Amino acid sequence: MTRTGSHTGAQLIWECLIREGVTTVFGYPGGAILPAYDAMVGFDIRHVLVRHEQSAVHMADGYARASGRVGVVVATSGPGATNLVTGLATAMMDSTPLVAITGQVGSGVLGTDAFQEVDITGITLPVTKHNYLVTRAADIVPALREAFAVAKSGRPGPVLVDITKDAQQGRAELDWEAAEPIRHLRHLPPPLDPEALARALELIRHAKRPLILAGHGIQMSGARAEVLTLAERADIPFALTLLGLGAVPATHPLSLGMMGMHGESWVNKAIQEADLLLALGMRFDDRVTGKLKEYAPHAKKIHIDIDASELGKNVPVDVAIAGDLLAVLRALLPGVEVADRSKWLKQIRGWRGDSAVRDIKNLPDDGHLYAAHVMHDLWRLTDGKAVVVTDVGQHQMWEAQYYHHDEERSLITSGGAGTMGFALPAAIGAKVARPEAEVWVVAGDGGFQMTFAELMTAVQEGVKVNIAIINNGFLGMVRQWQELFYEGRYAATPILSPDFVKLAGAFGIHGQRVDTRADLAGAVAAARAAEGTALVEFRVEQEDSVYPMVPAGAALHEMIRRPSASAIAETGSDPV
Amino acid sequence: MPHVLVVYTDDEPGVLTRVASLFRRRGFNIHSLTVGPTERSRQARMTIVVDAEEATVRLAVEHLRKQVNVLEVQQLGDRPKVVRDLALIRVAAGLDVRSEILQLAQVFRANVVDIAGDSLAIECSGGPDKIDALVDALRPFGILELGRTGAVAMARGPRASPERPAAAPPPASNQAMSV
Ligand SMILES: Cc1ncc(C[n+]2csc(CCOP(=O)(O)OP(=O)(O)O)c2C)c(N)n1
Repeated sequence: MTRTGSHTGAQLIWECLIREGVTTVFGYPGGAILPAYDAMVGFDIRHVLVRHEQSAVHMADGYARASGRVGVVVATSGPGATNLVTGLATAMMDSTPLVAITGQVGSGVLGTDAFQEVDITGITLPVTKHNYLVTRAADIVPALREAFAVAKSGRPGPVLVDITKDAQQGRAELDWEAAEPIRHLRHLPPPLDPEALARALELIRHAKRPLILAGHGIQMSGARAEVLTLAERADIPFALTLLGLGAVPATHPLSLGMMGMHGESWVNKAIQEADLLLALGMRFDDRVTGKLKEYAPHAKKIHIDIDASELGKNVPVDVAIAGDLLAVLRALLPGVEVADRSKWLKQIRGWRGDSAVRDIKNLPDDGHLYAAHVMHDLWRLTDGKAVVVTDVGQHQMWEAQYYHHDEERSLITSGGAGTMGFALPAAIGAKVARPEAEVWVVAGDGGFQMTFAELMTAVQEGVKVNIAIINNGFLGMVRQWQELFYEGRYAATPILSPDFVKLAGAFGIHGQRVDTRADLAGAVAAARAAEGTALVEFRVEQEDSVYPMVPAGAALHEMIRRPSASAIAETGSDPV
Repeated sequence: MPHVLVVYTDDEPGVLTRVASLFRRRGFNIHSLTVGPTERSRQARMTIVVDAEEATVRLAVEHLRKQVNVLEVQQLGDRPKVVRDLALIRVAAGLDVRSEILQLAQVFRANVVDIAGDSLAIECSGGPDKIDALVDALRPFGILELGRTGAVAMARGPRASPERPAAAPPPASNQAMSV
């Protein structure tokens, strides 16, 4: 341990965070991180005390996704650190920039199975972009500076910095300039290849049935205006991935809606019929492509992504461009010609018309409460302006289908990992990042029970989020698969819930239950008006299913269609 | 088909694990992986032979390029290259066959590096095919022990790709083994 130096290692951690512009961290203390917590008292940083470290990562994740800044998590060694793993994996899959700081046992006992020692850099290797084990105070600033640079640059992601207790207690100089990170620069995309750009323009020019596949990368790159210009000038409609929702306005005339497993049938049909796919900041996830062999068989494919290892990974492409979307589009736009593709657009509208009659929105109020209605009404009642943070399951897909997102960063959801328990903590993080925003949690009765202890965090921190629990008495999405693919054997999917209204009472927050559509608007209004966090439990149809659906392993056009509205009215909720 | 990758990395703790774990996670099959120091300080050089389709190898290269510790990746592909493997082979060698084995070793320009009562240890370096052939030739005598390094490779001609950026000082310390 170095005994000289202007700062302790613990102070250097906070000095570094302040200089990186960090105002808020999410965390949970413990022995190995105690020196850092002790030093925190002297710094102007907000610390949000969570109830479980997994939630700390989800909060930092929600914070980062809502704001575009880097989320920061602090936890102790051993079990504190291992509780971060699910949250890190979630952030990794959805490319959220995060820095997790963990305490580690003293360097003298590293490797001896000391109390609360785990090899967290080893454990998190596959779920972080990069990680560090820091054993000297002098290495703290260089490691943290590089961690922030790596988390933000290229394809963003989580980075973990594990700092031994003696490194926190040791002393070192604060040598900021000397610690300037440069190594990550060698991983930034190479200059754009003019030949690839020219080929892309050529394909766009000659396409008769082109389609833009709009992904998460558009929001991360800040390329919304450029994407819209491209679409409008060349008259190309866009289909959106789940994480792409909000990247371009849902109400834009060229916006078709979500693609993929629970995407709209006309969107998937358009993909299968297209002669050109322009994939922007998306990664051809299997939930989006369906059976790869039959994916978009007539289409040439242009794929633009900042991560070169995504190009050609799942789908062979004709033109692959590695680069930041904004830079690529700026280079492309001058060559994009004005076009009129009304014939193609008309064809798609035809498919859409056929589907619209099947939309549950057209079902008159039959006294049953459907989750789709809840989403539709919530969209109307909040003017589509809320930041909605969803959990994982049926409600997530209904939200994606029926809450139409016009704004960027207005839907926050775990897409790549599909992590239940994500919504409540991520929503708290989002609200901390954007206090002026109206934030709604949309969660199932199952997922909500995974992390509802964070209600107390919201209360302690004075954070207002509005919560819609879609209670169907089942782990709904799994039940749906059991119904469709396991002959209706509901193994371990019926789930009991506590009395959510009483639960809200126990946390000292507003709680309300809704059983009919008629009561919906009043309850939403009351929740919005309530002073702090508010909870509304919606008791919805128990065995309702999400449609349309591409069964796993099927081709994109082989969808199970929505039941027509009249069929729902007759038989309850059976698909046709 | 075997593809040869040359990977320059920071000479830092954990880098070998990162690279090996990357290959494991993504399901790329490593045929051999060798690592050692380079002409520059703080840099290590790995030669990785992967048995996979062209497209898979391209992906492996892109994944490697994303690693913070990776400075440069060369895919030697069809380029003329020198590929060398080193083998130590202990072969049963009673007095009746000893001269025969020595002759064989000479044909392969291999050296005898140890002699025991009834065995010889032979050292041979060369392309993997040559070593395979030597091993096959010795097998009838009885191979008692065989150790191979795996391939080390280099493109022929001038330096195969532009100067790579200088290694930055490592930001984090660690008392674990290097690389
Ligand atoms: C942590 C975690 N465990 C298990 C799953 C598998 N899973 C996906 S959806 C789902 C059901 C979710 O049920 P619920 O939260 O009630 O929402 P619903 O589908 O009913 O809307 C489950 C168990 C998961 N995604 N995440």
